[in-house]
Amino acid sequence: MTIPPRLELKAIAASYADLQVLQDISLTIRPGEFVSILGPSGAGKSTLFRLLTGALKPSRGDILFDGSPLDTASSPFAFMPQRDALMPWRRIIDNTTLGLEVQGLSRREARKRVEPLFAEFGLTGFEQHYPSALSGGMRQRAALLRTVVQDRSMLLLDEPFGALDALTRAGMHRWLEGMWMRHQWTAMLVTHDVREAVHLSDRIYVLSPRPASIVEVVDIPLPRPRSRKGAAGAEAARIENAILETLLGPHEGQSS
Amino acid sequence: MLMQLYRGLPALIAITLLLLGWETYARLSGISPTMLPAPSRVIEQAWIYRQPLWENTLPTIRATVFGFACSLAVAFLLSVLVDFFNPLRRALFPIFIISQTLPLVAIAPLVVLWFGFGLAPKILLVALVTFFPMLVALTQGYQSTEEEIEQLLASMGAPKWKCFLLARLPSALPYFFAGLRISITYAVVGAIFAEYAGAAKGLGIYILNAKNNFRPDLVLAAVLVSAVLTLVLFGLTLLIQRLAMPWTRSSLGSGR
Ligand SMILES: Nc1ncnc2c1ncn2[C@@H]1O[C@H](COP(=O)(O)OP(=O)(O)OP(=O)(O)O)[C@@H](O)[C@H]1O
Ligand SMILES: [Mg+2]
Repeated sequence: MTIPPRLELKAIAASYADLQVLQDISLTIRPGEFVSILGPSGAGKSTLFRLLTGALKPSRGDILFDGSPLDTASSPFAFMPQRDALMPWRRIIDNTTLGLEVQGLSRREARKRVEPLFAEFGLTGFEQHYPSALSGGMRQRAALLRTVVQDRSMLLLDEPFGALDALTRAGMHRWLEGMWMRHQWTAMLVTHDVREAVHLSDRIYVLSPRPASIVEVVDIPLPRPRSRKGAAGAEAARIENAILETLLGPHEGQSS
Repeated sequence: MLMQLYRGLPALIAITLLLLGWETYARLSGISPTMLPAPSRVIEQAWIYRQPLWENTLPTIRATVFGFACSLAVAFLLSVLVDFFNPLRRALFPIFIISQTLPLVAIAPLVVLWFGFGLAPKILLVALVTFFPMLVALTQGYQSTEEEIEQLLASMGAPKWKCFLLARLPSALPYFFAGLRISITYAVVGAIFAEYAGAAKGLGIYILNAKNNFRPDLVLAAVLVSAVLTLVLFGLTLLIQRLAMPWTRSSLGSGR
């Protein structure tokens, strides 16, 4: 008796009109795993999330969630879109409570749940601001906060730290890793940033350019919490370089 | 406040120059006041005839406001229906577009013929000219909703009606107010035209009578009143917009 994977994609293909974006994607995420999708821009990473949230139907293949076909209506995911998708007409506090309100919590209850987290996300004092008054990085942190408070069984993060400076980003990595270890979330992260993927993931799927298929699966068996020091740090750097080689390789071949 | 005065200054100067030119021409060319009265004479006569002018303005205001309110209510209801049932849109829009091609000069006397000299034909005509712009503004506004926001709400498990209330409706507000500003000016013109075609009292019938009595100064006085009425209504919509969309003003300071 084995537990089924939390999420399993089997030979998925997807296209927009006559543009084929995903060609053949198979991947498995077990409960409590942190998995990253790494790939060039335009490969179809956000499209993959569109399939999971039900915004797009795959043209081929199966998606299984906890062993049965994914029912997008039951919304098992907490999703963070690539552009933060904050609602300009809601104050920051009301943006972060959005998911809880949709779940049916009263506004007051939802706020009580969210307010204690503002300090941790560096948003203290901005609760009553509108999103237009925030910097790009602050907006992303607000969007991440809106995602994690939903308390779903799996996180889908589409480049959550893309707009952050390197220092804040490293801080958020550490924070996210800590939260993930504490809450035993299952997480799927889309990113461009190889270092980010290596720091956070148990496993990385590397995508080819469009139409995307998986060119490499990298397991990262490093101890947690991860640091950049010592032997583990050196090993992380080695894996980073190997992945960069894979990503850059075909391009060099094409241009010569 | 001072800033706003300063920004209005060029318009004020332009209008003053225009009026001065007109005044000079009317006085120096020796043209008869029954052909082209000077602005000073228009204002003088407007003051002398303020009682009848006011008595004829009230019905126009009533027709404008009632007609516009009806048109707004119907446009809103229909926009919601059309947003939820797309076939309805394809069924109804051609009819509405045709309704916009009807020449008011032909329709107004007919409507008066069918519905008499009361309030009903005015409401109908005002609605006829304002309904379609409002409907278009609203449906376009709904469609302007950011796709990622809808994807986000869907991932949170929001049903369609919740998505409408939380995302589509607020997204439509800027379009709604743009449409409102255009329609409110149409509404005044529509009301005056309806009265012109037949009414017991109103600016439209007042203009007709003044013209028949060879009093272009009183025609222009009535035009002045209708212009002021339009400007007041226009300003009112701006005020309502500022109150309804507080997030658009807080962002860039108060100097806007
Ligand atoms: N709604 C859409 N309609 C048609 N084509 C689309 C649509 N959305 C994306 N595409 C196309 O699909 C391809 C993949 O898009 P996608 O957003 O999944 O890329 P991505 O891997 O997330 O890229 P990035 O890293 O730059 O965000 C792109 O070539 C894009 O032009
Ligand atoms: Mg993307």
